Amino acid sequence: MSEPLMVLHYDVDGTDFTVAGEASGAVKKVLKQLGVSAEVIRKVAIAMYECEINMVIHAHGGFIDVEIRPESIRMIHKDVGPGIPDVEKAMQAGFSTASQQVRELGFGAGMGLPNMKKYTDEMKITTEVGKGTIVDMTVYIK
Amino acid sequence: MTLREIKEILDATVLTGEEELDREVKAACGSDLMSDVLAFVKDQAMLLTGLVNGQVIRTAEMMDIHAVIFIRGKKPSDEVVSLAESRDIVIMETELPMYIACGMLYSAGLTGGSSRA
Repeated sequence: MSEPLMVLHYDVDGTDFTVAGEASGAVKKVLKQLGVSAEVIRKVAIAMYECEINMVIHAHGGFIDVEIRPESIRMIHKDVGPGIPDVEKAMQAGFSTASQQVRELGFGAGMGLPNMKKYTDEMKITTEVGKGTIVDMTVYIK
Repeated sequence: MTLREIKEILDATVLTGEEELDREVKAACGSDLMSDVLAFVKDQAMLLTGLVNGQVIRTAEMMDIHAVIFIRGKKPSDEVVSLAESRDIVIMETELPMYIACGMLYSAGLTGGSSRA
């Protein structure tokens, strides 16, 4: 893998649901300025947004590093939340542990992780209960 | 179909983006579930929803959805309207319920929109 052309770092506030999506919106803007194709931008924006929402609703926030290379965009999401006890189950469409409050906001339908998987070319989840979760996703620029 | 035509059909009120009503819409999606919207892949699409929080606007932003219609007379807060304004997203509201609003647009020819995903 080549050296990244650009590395972006974002802190995700875990206390304010209304700002969830700020980082994803900012990355989308940067990629647009760099002339990345609309298809790649959309994939990155959706996967990152779903993950950002998850960090806020499940994990009290965290941080995101985005590595931009000529051949790929990599997004590393780290939190120190509760961890995911059963990743396989969490990956199933429709499975969710989200609160009623989150559902009322239009999320928590158990589509987050499946959507992230669908829109990325590589996705790796490293998680430990009580310690936190790292979701590492890459979208290839073809 | 242009946003102006959509506004007429739904007897909608424009909350922000009055000057953008000549934009063309090729597909539409009616949902209160933002994750479903995020699984929907279409260009130049519009969203009809009964949810009025800021995440609706952020979802639209991620999906390149340039227009959102709030149905059943739902009123977004000023914060939501200004978020839409800052993201260049047109928002309108209609008194019509979801089923009727979608049906009227579909009957008028806005049929594209089934997800291929």
